[in-house]
Amino acid sequence: MTHLSTFKLCLFVLGGLLLQTPIVFADNAENAPDSIAKMYSIGEVEIVGAYRETEIIPPKKLDGVVLENLSCQSVADAVRYFSGVQIKDYGGVGGIKTINIRSMGTNQMGVFYDGIQLGNAQNGQIDLGRFSLDNMEAIELYNGQKSSMLQPAKDYGSAGTIYLQTKTPKFADGKRFHFGATFKTGSFGLANPALLWQQKIGRSASSSASVEYIHANGRYKFRHKRVNADGTIAYDTTAIRKNADINAIRSEISFCGTITDGEWKAHLYNYYSERGLPGYIARNLYEHHQRQWDDNFFVQSSFRKDFTSYYSLLANGKYAYDYTHYLNPDTTLQYINNTYRQQEIYLSLANSFRIFKWWEAALSTDFQWNTLASDMVDFVFPIRYTGLIALATAIKFPNIKMQAGLLSTFTHETVKRKKPAPDKQAFTPSVMATVRPWKHILFDIQFFYKRIFRMPTFNDLYYTFVGNAQLNPEYVSQYDFGLSYTYQSRTSAVTFFNVSTNLYYNDVDDKIVAVPTANPFRWQMTNLGKVKILGVDVSLKSGFQWCKHWNLDLLLNYTYQDARDLTDPNEAYYGDQIPYTPWHSGSVVGNLKYKTWNLNYSFIYTGERYNQSANIIENYVLPWYTHDLSLSKQFILKKVKLTAAAEVNNLFNQQYDVVLNYPMPGTNFKLILKAEL
Amino acid sequence: MKRILFFLSAAGCIFLASCRGDYPVIPPTETPINDTLKSTTIAGFYLLNEGNMGSNKATLDYYDYTTRVYTKNIFAATNPNVVAELGDVGNDLKIYGNKLYAVINCSNLVEIMDARTAKHLGMVEIANCRYIAFSGDKAYVSSYAGPVQLNPNRDQIGYIAEIDTATFQITRTVTVGYQPEELAVVNGKLYVANSGGYRYPNYDKTVSVIDLATFTEIKQIPVAINLHRLKADRHGRIYISARGDYYSIPSNLYIIDTNTDTLQDSLNIPVSNFCIEGDSAYIYSTQWNWNTGETTITYAIINLATKQVVNHHFMEAATEEKIKTPYGIAVNPETREIFVTDAKNHVTPGTLYCFSPDGKLKWEVTTGDIPAHFAFLYY
Repeated sequence: MTHLSTFKLCLFVLGGLLLQTPIVFADNAENAPDSIAKMYSIGEVEIVGAYRETEIIPPKKLDGVVLENLSCQSVADAVRYFSGVQIKDYGGVGGIKTINIRSMGTNQMGVFYDGIQLGNAQNGQIDLGRFSLDNMEAIELYNGQKSSMLQPAKDYGSAGTIYLQTKTPKFADGKRFHFGATFKTGSFGLANPALLWQQKIGRSASSSASVEYIHANGRYKFRHKRVNADGTIAYDTTAIRKNADINAIRSEISFCGTITDGEWKAHLYNYYSERGLPGYIARNLYEHHQRQWDDNFFVQSSFRKDFTSYYSLLANGKYAYDYTHYLNPDTTLQYINNTYRQQEIYLSLANSFRIFKWWEAALSTDFQWNTLASDMVDFVFPIRYTGLIALATAIKFPNIKMQAGLLSTFTHETVKRKKPAPDKQAFTPSVMATVRPWKHILFDIQFFYKRIFRMPTFNDLYYTFVGNAQLNPEYVSQYDFGLSYTYQSRTSAVTFFNVSTNLYYNDVDDKIVAVPTANPFRWQMTNLGKVKILGVDVSLKSGFQWCKHWNLDLLLNYTYQDARDLTDPNEAYYGDQIPYTPWHSGSVVGNLKYKTWNLNYSFIYTGERYNQSANIIENYVLPWYTHDLSLSKQFILKKVKLTAAAEVNNLFNQQYDVVLNYPMPGTNFKLILKAEL
Repeated sequence: MKRILFFLSAAGCIFLASCRGDYPVIPPTETPINDTLKSTTIAGFYLLNEGNMGSNKATLDYYDYTTRVYTKNIFAATNPNVVAELGDVGNDLKIYGNKLYAVINCSNLVEIMDARTAKHLGMVEIANCRYIAFSGDKAYVSSYAGPVQLNPNRDQIGYIAEIDTATFQITRTVTVGYQPEELAVVNGKLYVANSGGYRYPNYDKTVSVIDLATFTEIKQIPVAINLHRLKADRHGRIYISARGDYYSIPSNLYIIDTNTDTLQDSLNIPVSNFCIEGDSAYIYSTQWNWNTGETTITYAIINLATKQVVNHHFMEAATEEKIKTPYGIAVNPETREIFVTDAKNHVTPGTLYCFSPDGKLKWEVTTGDIPAHFAFLYY
């Protein structure tokens, strides 16, 4: 701790812990005064006395310039650019969007907000459409799990995870505050203002407050077309998506600070929304009238300290309250007016021990309490207690890094009527390894094996008429083998280049599916499914810098997936591709920067797939692909940095459904104005 | 160099945008059937596949006794100009006169086609329509979506719409009980089974009797909770199935005497669906019970004159065991062949089985999703 000032070290430690990858994008900190984005490139520098966490297998990441310039309204739009990811998107600004990594199902996924998992014990789905990119610094995707040592037991508990990192205040020399205002408008009647205020407190703490309001009428045109075998048009009609309006407010306040050898963070978050549910399109059915109100609130805090150079502690705590009110006022259907209230308390203590420089061990214990209350008829008011203990050990040599972990999960439930699900206990292992054959060439061979399960949700177990309290957890085993090569340079035009490829095999057992009883309106949850998934992901990430002012970031992703339903050999669809899983999918993102101008182009391709288990023509879905383009310019007016941007999405007006009978918008545009002080 | 690359990829993308193609009108699938049975009065039958709610995949199949070909999914190809094909959840199918009527529940319409060709003639919009019956030149359709009552539960009474079969116009309506289901006409009176399914646990338990001349509800006969199917035999007796409450009250089959309009008898047999041919009733039951957590599947043939169970099986054992979810049941009035459909898990294609009158499997074929309702076409 010699030549670096305390201030820069604080930033470095924060940055290192939160970003946790060695390099991101072109470093233009030394460039001409008109370069605005200052990114500190974190190289392989050893700081004596401070502990730096590195993972065995680093995540896929979207951050910085690329993330800021992606034409995306929410996190859901952004994660589509990771390979192996499918988003189930019900369309429009307010439509629910859930993530599915490598076809294992959305309930196996974990979404973490600043290191603590977002929960939904009711239906296990996190609507990523609710998380705007406005306050987001980075989005990371971990296949298998995050493989650092000092992490809560929850990090071991999902088959794949998305980490959302909110913006940590970074203050330039001498500045003590930062203020930002954004306004977005455009198609769907969008009016979306947001405010951000970051304040330095004392010498080692800061606060960040942000508020965002989203209003949209959600209306867009969509087209229904079929052609005859001879090429003539059978029908071609255009209709407008209705009852798709949304009003939502997100407000967050967080405090963070550093202490000797550690840091702490506290965060309050609230999201309130009222939206229409536009529903599915069918013959003579172009409008639905259901409405939903939600309030998602949580307060979470985190504390980390290295007590000695041998021992570190990470403590997390969270309380969450979620409220949903669902109304079906439609007089052609059954009148439904129900509210649901969920509460969650989460506590975690993670310890890591550095036995030798190359050998670490970790012990993490988590406790969670979930409840669900509702005014539904015959509701059972379940309470679930979950305990998680994770034991892990890692060895780290220059050429080889390995981590082995064992997670023990224990659940106990109580209900007010009927029978609760029986207590469950399970051990699930994981092994992750990286081999770097040549010390100075960043070529890695990666491998992981992981077995994990997901608990049935409260809906799976107890939903009136549908739930089945005898459900088993759904298990998935994952095997992954990958190669990754990285090249970095400060002198050549290619500043950064990474190509990686992964081959994986996932085996899902006891998949929880809904099957009908005698009455098709009454379904039943059972452990009926068996799915085997074989896939290949290829991703390429590169940064170019030439002629001093020109900068290009390029991301390419391709995924091949073969996901087969192997539930019942007597069925005709045995061995067919599971619903909504394309064989081929991919994306391209290009971000071109010239002085204060920025041009972003992104392309997503989802190949052909089937919308039901039987791979027959009646269930066939055409491939779809969209092109998005955005242009932005920054200027300085007095001391205020202004950014103006225009986006055109789905440039060629492709008409498609992600989910059967939920049409997606055609060409739409957005105008963004941002001011920062 | 980089500029060239950029333009190349841009051009490539524009090219890609135009070569995606469009959704085709789905062609029918034809399966030749190995069957030599002669049929002199019946030309064939239609099978309506319900399709899972939300999928818009109600489809119509046709089996032709003269060509012995089973054609799956004929509506779209026969009527390519009808937007969004047949619709969402086909709930009932009947032939009356020279027209074929399909009640498409979640699309809120009754589709009317020419009985011989299945060509679209018109449609009648009726919200949440359920079943159809006929008398004279009128059709009667039950619907859940009657007037809403101003109580906190917003209970909604059901109604019957009378439709002129020539003009397709709704001529009269009458409110009945809650969530009315199947209906039948006997001697100038219309009998409707009221389920009350939306009002769990306060199911309805009445059969509404409507005088067709005045089109008013003249009586409500208390029967049992959660009524569903309602069919008349050739003697004018009405048989009604009740679904029970899935806990302690099992399903059952009841008989109403239409001379006195009173509940005459119950047969104490589990029933989900049944088909009457002559003096026999062919029954299946898929009884779900919350207490045991199991579904029990049973079959029976009942002699309606003696009200006794003749046999607990009317299909050969090997095939009967294969059927996961019996759903549709019909008997060819001329040949006495028995047809049973298996809806399986409701989200994959079902199977239609054809049995000889003594229960031997003659042929089977893959249908659409949730094969359910039959309509026999006479020459």
